[in-house]
Amino acid sequence: MATLVAPNQISAAEDAQALRQAFKGWGADDKAIIAILGHRNVYQRQEIRKAYEELFQEDLIKRLESEISGDFERAMFRWMLEPADRDAVLANVAIRNGNKDYHAVAEIACVLSAEELLAVRRAYHNRYKRSLEEDVAAHTTGLHRQLLVGLVTSFRYEGDEINAKLAQTEANILHEAVQEKKGIYEEVIRILTTRSKTQLVATFNRYKDEHGISISKKLLDETSDDFQKTMHTAIRCINDHKKYYEKVLRNAIKKFGTDEDGLSRVIVTRAEKDLREIQELYYKRNSVHLEDAISKEISGDYKKFILTVLGKQD
Amino acid sequence: MNSYEHICPSLISFSQLNYQTFRNMALNQELQAVTEAFSGHGVDEKSLVTLLGKWDHQERETFRKNTPPFFTEDHERNFQRWDDHSVRLLKHEFVRFKNAVVLWTMHPWERDARLVKEALKKGPNAYGVLIEIACTRSSEELLGARKAYHSLFDHSIEEDVASHIHGIERKLLVALVSAYRYEGSKVKDDTAKSEAKTISNAIKNAQKKPIIEDDEAIRIFATRSKLHLQAIYKHYKEISGKNLDEDLSDLRFKQTVQCLCTPQIYFSKVLDGALKIDVHKNTKKDLTRVVVTRADIDMKEIKAEYQNLYGVSLTQKIEETAKGNYKDFLLTLVARKG
Repeated sequence: MATLVAPNQISAAEDAQALRQAFKGWGADDKAIIAILGHRNVYQRQEIRKAYEELFQEDLIKRLESEISGDFERAMFRWMLEPADRDAVLANVAIRNGNKDYHAVAEIACVLSAEELLAVRRAYHNRYKRSLEEDVAAHTTGLHRQLLVGLVTSFRYEGDEINAKLAQTEANILHEAVQEKKGIYEEVIRILTTRSKTQLVATFNRYKDEHGISISKKLLDETSDDFQKTMHTAIRCINDHKKYYEKVLRNAIKKFGTDEDGLSRVIVTRAEKDLREIQELYYKRNSVHLEDAISKEISGDYKKFILTVLGKQD
Repeated sequence: MNSYEHICPSLISFSQLNYQTFRNMALNQELQAVTEAFSGHGVDEKSLVTLLGKWDHQERETFRKNTPPFFTEDHERNFQRWDDHSVRLLKHEFVRFKNAVVLWTMHPWERDARLVKEALKKGPNAYGVLIEIACTRSSEELLGARKAYHSLFDHSIEEDVASHIHGIERKLLVALVSAYRYEGSKVKDDTAKSEAKTISNAIKNAQKKPIIEDDEAIRIFATRSKLHLQAIYKHYKEISGKNLDEDLSDLRFKQTVQCLCTPQIYFSKVLDGALKIDVHKNTKKDLTRVVVTRADIDMKEIKAEYQNLYGVSLTQKIEETAKGNYKDFLLTLVARKG
């Protein structure tokens, strides 16, 4: 469920005017910006962009970029882009940042539906004049390349069918991979990058039934190189992405690890999808509300914006 | 009875002999014509109707006794029987027109999805069709095929390709069917130049490491846009003086390069291979597939390339090799849009 609170009807023209007002003068009226844009859903935001362009012959996003700054600006930039375009940008940033950020690419490839991933690939063509896979491939090597390229180029079947025998066979293959029989990694890549998500979840469950431990937990100690890390991320995202995102938030808030961007990324990309459930998972896991934990760690307009999108009423 | 009999018995038997000889010659010609009607791509339905239709019991027996591949003599019981294998082959020829019609009326996405499925079932000899579809279709067409495949077979193309193919070619083939290439005009020429060098090195190193296992070669050909690859093709020629596909000994890679960089040459070669007499039954199917799948796309360019390569028009070659309704159908498709 979404956490975003937005009215059913809006007037895009009025909102555009109000934003224009907020830009007037010395500093931007961030409160007003958040009050409007923090309460508009994805379609409404695109309408407002269009209206702003028509009324003032200017790209709203460019204007925002010049009026606000810092974490607030970065979150708002992502918030205002169309989701597929935004994910294309996130992927491109991750690829250019290299090593520590590839999980963002794996997230996009594994959490999105087949059609959503396709939309991201199209948006990537439009924005960067290259394909997503060509950039991923050019910046990675070996098994990691094979895995990541396979993930971003997948167009998975989305039916509910489960082949129990196949789940058994492929759970065994995963088991052998975990025991680091190097030659089997190509088979793992084949399974992770081509099977339907339903089939994969059945396979992971089979693994857990047979070996008493979930495969992602088993892999935790083995995450030495990029390939292992990405494999781990992919499995967790496919198996239960909400649980995965809860952990990303938890780590970002505690400043564990290197994913500084995690907070903004998860909130902005999931606010209209399933952030409510992720919020509940967070509370269950940490005995403190997500909003409260966030409030302690960030400040200013950035904080105001994040909390608004989280559904906090003023 | 002949009225000249009483004048000259030998003359009468001679003219009877003449008549028989004449009749035999005519029948021989008809036998040849009927055999001809069965031998090629498709069958000449009209000839079969007019010739076979009028043969009496004797003439049909002569046919059975004189067309060895089709009939075998049972000397013990004194009759001639159809050869089972020949009947099966004939069935393929009669059905060639129907298959062309069905393929032509199919949505292109279903068509490509079914061609992929069929190729996977047939095995390594048919994997060329996978490369053909992955590399000669536009990004949206290939995507459509992947969607249709979901709908028809409850699996993704990449999942089936990956689980059916176990050899070293798997990496390349899976990567090719998964591509969603950029189709705009922007090409970074210095990248193309350096990648042409990379390919050149991979080719020189092919003895130690086959190019189909070379990660960089696969990366380049499975992910770069077609315009970019054509730039690489051009730069390769500048570096080495030869065409890239000519320097490749790995057949899959060679075909990949041809399909991506010079598709009309590739299709001309496939057509020429299929338009030979006495060609393998699977190769014969290439004719239907290429004509039907390219009729709307680049048949004009393929015809020009064919003429260039073989000095004879494709239309003429089809006229000579195919028969009946099948032939007429192909010619109609090939002649469309000038």
